[in-house]
Amino acid sequence: MNATAGFAALAAVAAATALIGFYGLRISRTTSDFYVASRTVKPWLNASAIGGEYLSAASFLGIAGLVMVSGLDALWFPIGYTAGYLMLLLFVAAPLRRSGAYTIPDFAQARLDSTAARSVTSVLVVVVGWFYIVPQLHGAALTIRTTTGLPAWVGSVAVVAVVVLTVATGGMRSITFVQAFQYWLKLTALGVPAIFLVLQVSGPGAPVPSAEAAAMVWGGSGGSPYRTLSLLAALLFGTLGLPHVLVRFYTNPDGSAARRTTLIVLGLLGLFYIFPTILGVLGRLFLPELVAAGGADAVVLLLPGRLVGGTAGELLSALVIAGAFAAFLSTTSGLVVSLAGVISQDLLGGSVRGFRWAAVLSAVVPLAVALGTQSLGLAGSVGLVFAFTASTVCPMLVLGIWWRGLTDAGAIAGMVAGGTLCGGAILLGPRLHAGDPGYELLSQPAAWTVPVAFAVMVLVSRATAHRQGAGTARFMTRLHVPERPLSPGKPR
Amino acid sequence: MPDSFPVLLSAVLLAAAAVVLLGAGVAGALGFRLSRRRRELGTDAERATYTTLHLATVAGGHLRNGLEPAGAMKASKALRSMLHCTALALTDESAPLAWDAAARTERSAPRTPSAARSRAVMALAARALATGRTQVCTLDESQLVDLGLAGADHGVKAAVASPIQVDARVVGCVLAFTKQASPALVRAANEVAGWISAQVQLAELGASRTLLMEAEVRALRAQISPHFIYNSLNAIASFINTDPVRARELVVEFADFTRYSFRRHGDFTTLAEELLCIDRYLLLERARFGERLQVNLQIAPEVLGTVIPFLSLQPLVENAVRHGLEAKEGVGHIKIMARDQGALAEVTIEDDGVGIDPEHLRSVLAGHRDGDHVGLRNVDARLRQVYGDDFGLVIDTAPGAGTLVAMRVPKSQPDHDA
Repeated sequence: MNATAGFAALAAVAAATALIGFYGLRISRTTSDFYVASRTVKPWLNASAIGGEYLSAASFLGIAGLVMVSGLDALWFPIGYTAGYLMLLLFVAAPLRRSGAYTIPDFAQARLDSTAARSVTSVLVVVVGWFYIVPQLHGAALTIRTTTGLPAWVGSVAVVAVVVLTVATGGMRSITFVQAFQYWLKLTALGVPAIFLVLQVSGPGAPVPSAEAAAMVWGGSGGSPYRTLSLLAALLFGTLGLPHVLVRFYTNPDGSAARRTTLIVLGLLGLFYIFPTILGVLGRLFLPELVAAGGADAVVLLLPGRLVGGTAGELLSALVIAGAFAAFLSTTSGLVVSLAGVISQDLLGGSVRGFRWAAVLSAVVPLAVALGTQSLGLAGSVGLVFAFTASTVCPMLVLGIWWRGLTDAGAIAGMVAGGTLCGGAILLGPRLHAGDPGYELLSQPAAWTVPVAFAVMVLVSRATAHRQGAGTARFMTRLHVPERPLSPGKPR
Repeated sequence: MPDSFPVLLSAVLLAAAAVVLLGAGVAGALGFRLSRRRRELGTDAERATYTTLHLATVAGGHLRNGLEPAGAMKASKALRSMLHCTALALTDESAPLAWDAAARTERSAPRTPSAARSRAVMALAARALATGRTQVCTLDESQLVDLGLAGADHGVKAAVASPIQVDARVVGCVLAFTKQASPALVRAANEVAGWISAQVQLAELGASRTLLMEAEVRALRAQISPHFIYNSLNAIASFINTDPVRARELVVEFADFTRYSFRRHGDFTTLAEELLCIDRYLLLERARFGERLQVNLQIAPEVLGTVIPFLSLQPLVENAVRHGLEAKEGVGHIKIMARDQGALAEVTIEDDGVGIDPEHLRSVLAGHRDGDHVGLRNVDARLRQVYGDDFGLVIDTAPGAGTLVAMRVPKSQPDHDA
């Protein structure tokens, strides 16, 4: 593949991100535009931003790669990633927006009235964020290696450098606009090539897939019902606790706007996931040799060049590369911003200087991990991070919002229990082989660790009912009673 | 990614080893210091003084909020140790607050005062509460049963009831139960009651300080300057003949502005609402200044929902208009920016007017001087009261160089309702 196209796409995305970040604010020069400048973000714009932040390397590259490897079974991933927002809509979005707490640790402290619960939540959020960033950097390394032939580390370092520079210099003045732009870029970058390729292979003179590939096109590797169930539990509950997704809901003016936003997000994600699926199927038909080579995650990047070729192929490739970097940059910067918020507040006293150092810290640690390890399937690694979130932060949030009996001791015990079990399973799982006793349980732990975390929280809270904070009733009222509208004034 | 976990695991092990080493070091240092202190403990009398002072400090901490059940319950333990009595009760004017008994009586009686015990305690305290004088009573068997002190091994026979007085008003009573009411115990009980009354007075002082602070915030809140009302009405009057439609619009704006400023509920609002108020304010000022007043806005939509103290921005803009531009010739610019900075939201208001002498400003902010820039001082004081001293206004100015006022507030404020 022509390396110039890759470089051009990369530079264009980085430049567009920085430019929108710096100049994207609505600027008004006269008082008559005052209302326009201070208008709150509309739900569709915020929904695009959430979509932009959420669609990571796992969605952009990983889903198609997984469809390549395991066929129909892979479709559970996009279903889970999207349906997680249904859970968010039903259980968390509006009450969390009303709470007035800005990060998950803030919420833990306000709800449970305990600094210990805050610290435990902070540690978990930072761990989750770090391990969510690692697959993004792996994705960047893969993209650079596949498309430009440069050493893989260049990709990870480039993403971290761009993100740290924009976040730490305060360049992300209008992060909502940047993320919204990234969503539409990603949609275009997969949608246009997918439609183009489908037309190409269905038109006259199309390349013909080999007979055995055509016969295998829908076959799966045959996952057990337990694995599917466990994966869905991880993805459904894991979305509830992702730090970068939850922060975005505070851009909504009120709880009902938060709900509307979530509804639009469901639509946007559903639309997006059509395209990686199409590309994955095309890859199964025309590039089956990638699976054996262990490079299935690169299928999205290689397909346009292989099937179309020529200048059109180059342009489509460049578009896909641009979309892939948009995915790495948006998810990483969203995570770095929210991690830096948590780290600076809990460790560095919450100053602006502290925020900058925290931003560097929250990007450099995962970079070190990413450089020291090899990717084993992007969608799978992100799935494990979801399982960890689902067993730790999610029970605290759900019970904290919907059960007034939750105590600080219960929340801490549940989070520690869920974190230990799920973390242990994630560490041990890869050491076992398919067929070993307990392999299924350890490689997809969510189905048992999530219920255990909930159960521990409920039981310990029951046992320590006397520790219930005095302000619980007031805070619960605040979570569940609709607030006054944000701007009662009329537009002029 | 699974390969990354062994890396993580070794990192965790390393961290654990570091923690263990640290713990061992701390324990060693503590042990060394304790062994040294053993030799410096002093005579018995000195140690008794230390113990009593320590108990008083502990009890004083619990009584910080005055005579209320939760604090009294915790303080009663220390008070009983101070008096060396079998059981101790604290009451306010009308009801028992706390009951603490020695461990061996604890087994036979539940800790929470039952109805019978409450009645018995209040009956014993009644005379002391009524007369304001210390009472000594001998207890009969039925009283002991009600109190949960019956049984030969306690040997409790007498109660000393000492009233707690604040400014000649009896606010509660200390009851000490013991074998024999010695004069020493009576005197000690009186001293303890006197000490508690000092604590209650301190608590009342603290409460009135809080009230004062709240009253101050309320007084600081929402002061529309008389100048502004006078100028606005004059500006509107000048349009009544030449441009009646505009005059009418301005009167409506003025009405909306005053409604917002005079609102009674809540000490907090959102940045969006405050900006709307500034919009109305600037519209009225522009009626007077016309094209001489140019305003530029950059607002990050992420921070519009941030909670800020009510009317904390409008005085800053008014300061920029009145002290920055009124005195200046030609066109004046005001730039209002709101930015998202991690855990904080930052709002800056910049004008290119005449600026302020920093020394003068310092004395105004310190409260040494009245007059100009009271609005700045007012906002600064409220921000410091609500968010702490780190969140005061940051003002960057010099004569002739314009003024930049920056205000930072934490985005997370679960305790404040907008």
